[in-house]
Amino acid sequence: MSEATAKKPGGRRMRIDLQTIGPVVALIALVLIGISLSDNFLSYANVTNVLARSAFIGIIAVGMTFVITAGGLDLSVGSMAAFVAGVMILAMNALTERMGVTLPVVLIGIAIALFVGFAAGMINGLLITRAGIEAFIVTLGTMGIYRSLITWLADGGTLSLGYEMGELYRPLYYGGIAGISWPIIVFALVAIIGEIAMRHTAFGRHCAAIGSNEKVARYSSVAVLRVRLITYALLGLLVGLAVVMYVPRLGSASSATGLLWELEAIASVIIGGTLLKGGFGRVWGTVVGVLILSLIGNILNLTDFVSPYLNGAIQGVVIILAVVLQRNTGPAR
Amino acid sequence: MKTALISTTALIASFTVPAAAQTIGVSIPAATHGWAGALNYHAERTVERLEETYPDMDFVLTTTSDPATQVSDLEDMVATRGIDALVVLPFESEPLTGPIQRIAESGTWVTVVDRGLAQEGIEDLYVAGDNESFGRTAAEYFAETLDDGAKIVVMRGIPSTVDNERVDGFNAALEGSNIEVLAMDHANWNRDNAFTLMQDYLSRFSEIDAVWAADDDQAVGALAAIEQAGREGEMIVVGGAGMKEMVDRIRNGDETVPVNVTYPPSMISTAIEMTAVGVTGAAPMTGEFIITSELITQENAEDFYFEDSPY
Repeated sequence: MSEATAKKPGGRRMRIDLQTIGPVVALIALVLIGISLSDNFLSYANVTNVLARSAFIGIIAVGMTFVITAGGLDLSVGSMAAFVAGVMILAMNALTERMGVTLPVVLIGIAIALFVGFAAGMINGLLITRAGIEAFIVTLGTMGIYRSLITWLADGGTLSLGYEMGELYRPLYYGGIAGISWPIIVFALVAIIGEIAMRHTAFGRHCAAIGSNEKVARYSSVAVLRVRLITYALLGLLVGLAVVMYVPRLGSASSATGLLWELEAIASVIIGGTLLKGGFGRVWGTVVGVLILSLIGNILNLTDFVSPYLNGAIQGVVIILAVVLQRNTGPAR
Repeated sequence: MKTALISTTALIASFTVPAAAQTIGVSIPAATHGWAGALNYHAERTVERLEETYPDMDFVLTTTSDPATQVSDLEDMVATRGIDALVVLPFESEPLTGPIQRIAESGTWVTVVDRGLAQEGIEDLYVAGDNESFGRTAAEYFAETLDDGAKIVVMRGIPSTVDNERVDGFNAALEGSNIEVLAMDHANWNRDNAFTLMQDYLSRFSEIDAVWAADDDQAVGALAAIEQAGREGEMIVVGGAGMKEMVDRIRNGDETVPVNVTYPPSMISTAIEMTAVGVTGAAPMTGEFIITSELITQENAEDFYFEDSPY
């Protein structure tokens, strides 16, 4: 009896440690594999590329961490990103005709992207909180709606930013400060702010409380509906921000834009140790999760080690392994 | 009495012939990517034009984004619109073979476009692009223009039979030449995937002479990555399918994009027009019509540029 009680705390700490270090171990392992497979793996260009391409999913995944922590889910973010990008490009092309290729057009375009993203998030949030529809259903619906809208806007083809406008806007993806490109800087800032919000603000604690037990949260005078609504609106805003970084890359949006981003974002959040059923979230873990997913793709491209047909399988195995490493249900339960 | 009977029959016949308006059903995939978008564009324009040419002819155009819905669309066409002929680009071969076979057995004229059915002999007319020649044409261009020992990287599309046929044609034509294929990976006919794949190719190989992007959406992504790495001028990029931005670059003499290979989405127009001729019975129209891929060069680029097309 006394032996069992003595064992308990030890076993628990052991599990918590494993849960914390699991994704980090996976990340380090991937980096070591990368180094052993390719001399160029740690080159400046490769590291920059991998970090910059992680930024879109990363920025969205930070928002997704809050949604999932509060017991929600958003399947629409990939389609939403494509739609926001399409609207932004159409608006900027229309403005270019009137205002010429000038900086204000870029700034208005950015404002439009952020606003449309925020509004789209609000719509999801309102349907979920006010109309009381299941998040899975609402966002499954909006996923289809936004995907169709971008196909319709682009007339089945591709919406492209005017060439000169594209040249002016381009540095926002390719440029940077002190050799660090803007997407990486923005991603880092979003992650840091997200981590602080999750750990040190009432908002972060309320998200965890709602995800853990909605009824108890309500009795503890947490404004459940409002906090939920904010998580979706925040996620929409971050989708807008990701699009602001995405559009200057190829200067185009089509119905193939943002395909499966929602699953990558959700997978990153879960790999990072956030509970899919809500109640516990970890923003830094999400960042590690995003990097793990990007690195797998990068390493597979850098080597002919496995058949390209199996890329998806390798990714799947790593996702499952990373989650197995942190199998217990976590401190919130 | 006898003359009366004959004249009545003739009267009925003269009424029924114009009344028997032909209805042609057209079922194609939805415009979810550039090539399919252009397919829709050409289909709509052809239907509009033919409705003017043949006042008695009706058209039913449906687009779907998955095989199951396409089967339902076909059932609806037969049940509610009583189609006399069907032009179909099957979303997938296997699941659509059965339903199309039943329609053909009921006496409806069937034209299959691009993606063949799993069984032979069902359709009256088969109109398709030539995937094998799509790959071969690009490889022959590389073999002719690149130096001995040149190094190329290949971006494949979504793993599928179409992609396999193209790559087989490409490999076969490259055999015997002294060109080295450094790597082949899938970029899924997607700009973003092609961009990241090209970035990785560029950090993996210090020397690349040519890129076979195998599709123009992929070529756009590859070109952006090459530009980012500041390695323009080192290599050429050959896409495929004839996207108008690429054709524009070719006709302007772009050094990085010297040629393109056609895989015309306008083949749907060919199919609809031949079906219209087929069902009106003016000329024999059954059989196979394979549209060979052509090389677009600076000289002939003008012929392949469609100003209004979305692709």
